[in-house]
Amino acid sequence: MLALFVENLTKRYPGGAAPAVDAISFAVERGATVGLLGGNGAGKTTTIAMLLGLLIPTQGRIMALGHDMARDRFAALARMNFSSPYVALPHRLSVRENLTVYAHLYDVAHPARRIGELAEELDLADLLDRPAGQLSAGQKTRVALAKSLINRPELLLLDEPTASLDPDTGDIVRTWLERYRTESGCALLLASHNMAEVERLCDQVLMMKQGRIVDRGSPAELIARYGREDLEEVFLDIARNRVRDVA
Amino acid sequence: MRASLRRIWGLLFRHLALYRRSWPRLVELAYWPTLQMVIWGLTARFFAARLGATGATGHWLAAVSVLLGGVLLWEIALRSQMGVAISFLEEIWSRNLGHVFVSPLRPAELVTALFAMSILRTCAGVLPAVLLAWALYAFNLFAMGPILILFAVNLMAMGWWVSLAVVSLILRHGAGAEALAWSVLFGLAPFSCVFYPVATLPAPLRPLALALPSAHVFEGMRAVLNHGVIAWGHLGWATGLNALWMAAAALLFARQFRAARVRGALLTIGE
Repeated sequence: MLALFVENLTKRYPGGAAPAVDAISFAVERGATVGLLGGNGAGKTTTIAMLLGLLIPTQGRIMALGHDMARDRFAALARMNFSSPYVALPHRLSVRENLTVYAHLYDVAHPARRIGELAEELDLADLLDRPAGQLSAGQKTRVALAKSLINRPELLLLDEPTASLDPDTGDIVRTWLERYRTESGCALLLASHNMAEVERLCDQVLMMKQGRIVDRGSPAELIARYGREDLEEVFLDIARNRVRDVA
Repeated sequence: MRASLRRIWGLLFRHLALYRRSWPRLVELAYWPTLQMVIWGLTARFFAARLGATGATGHWLAAVSVLLGGVLLWEIALRSQMGVAISFLEEIWSRNLGHVFVSPLRPAELVTALFAMSILRTCAGVLPAVLLAWALYAFNLFAMGPILILFAVNLMAMGWWVSLAVVSLILRHGAGAEALAWSVLFGLAPFSCVFYPVATLPAPLRPLALALPSAHVFEGMRAVLNHGVIAWGHLGWATGLNALWMAAAALLFARQFRAARVRGALLTIGE
C-alpha cells in the first residue's frame, strides 16, 4: 500500500529560468521512511510544499493516502501532518493553547486527552502552560513535533526535525519517531542535512540536485554503490559532481 | 459540518487566546473608537453651546446627533474591516500561516473565522464608545430603534469586503501591503458621506459615493435622526451593493489565493 505516490512532478516558478523541481517521481510505502537529501536549492522545500498543497505544481501528479492532491487535498491533509523548525507557532499562546488550536483544526477527538498523551510521550508536561515564545530552540522543536502528531497522521512530512537539538534530545526525538512509525504504520518523508539521522531512520533515500532526483536507494545501497564509508561522503560526491547522474 | 465548525472555532480560539494574554491588544480595540467619540462629542458640544446663545439650539442638537451617530456607525465599518485584516496579519506576524494552510482548514472556513473574530472585535471596540456617548453627551444610539441593526449589519458587511480585498492584496504583495489594513477605509470616508449629505459632494463625485453601501447607510441614518423616517430605498441599495462588492471581493480573494499557491507566496508571505 502506498502512502504517497508522486509522478513526473515539476515546478517552474513564474519568471524562473530553470525548473525548481524537474519531473521527479517516487513513492513512499505505508510504514516506510524516505529521506529527501540535497544541497541548498536542490528542490527539497519546493517538493515538500507541493506535497502539502502550499504550492501548485506546474505539471505532474501527487496521490497522498489515496487522494489526488489536485482535486481532494483537504481529505488528504486531515490525515497528514508536517513539522519544521522554520515554521513557528504563535509565540504568545501557551503550548497547551497552541496544541488545542491544532486539535480543533484537525478535528481530533478528546483534545485534552490527546495533548496529555503527547505531553507525556515527548516530555512536555512542564512546558504546557508556558508561552511558546519563551521556549528554547530544542523545546520548540519538540512542541512542533507534538503539533505534527496531534492528529495521529498516517503520513508525516518532516523538514529537518532535529535541527538545533542537542545530541541527547535529537536521539530522543529520533527514537520516538521510530517507535511512532512502528506502532502506527505511519509513512515518513524526511528532509534533513543530518546524514547520520538519515542513515538511521530511512529505508530509502532520494538524492536531489538542481530539482532532479539524481540517485536513490537504501543508505546501505548508496554507500556501497559509491564505494564510500558513509552517506555524508556519498552526499559530497553528488554535490561536487564526482559522479554521473544514475537515476 | 461539525468538523467544519470545529476548524472555524479552532482559529477563533487561537485569536481569543491571544487577546486573553495581551491586555494592550484589548485596550487598543476600544481606544480609537472612544477617543474619536470623545473628541467629536466635545466639538459638537462646543458648537451647540455657541449656537445656543444665538437661539438655534434645537437645530444644532440635531446636528450633534448626526455627528455622533456618524462617528459611532463609521467605527463599525472601520473596526470590522480591521478585525479581519489584523487577525490575518497576526498569522503572518507569528509566522504561523504555514501550519494553518497545511491543515484541513478550507479558505472559506478561514474567512468565516476572520469574520467571526471581526464581529467580536467590533463589539468590544464600539460598545464602550456607544455607552460613553450616552453617559457623557446623552446621545443614545439605540434610540434609532431596530433599524440600527440593519445599518450596523450593512456597515459591517462593507468592512468585510474591503478587508477581503486588503487580504487579497497582502497575498499578492506580501506583508509590504499591510499598511493598507489601517488606511484603506479612511480613503473611502470622504465618499461615504459620514457627516454630510451626498448632495454636498461635487456632482462628478456623487456616483462614486452612491456606489458605496456606506453612503446609503449614512443617508438613511440622517433620515431617521433628522426626520424620523426610515429610508428603505437607501437600505435596499446598501444591501444590494454590499452583495455585489462582497461577490467581487470573494472572487478576488479566491484568485489571489490560487495565484499565491502558484507563485509560492504562501511560503514567503511574511518576508
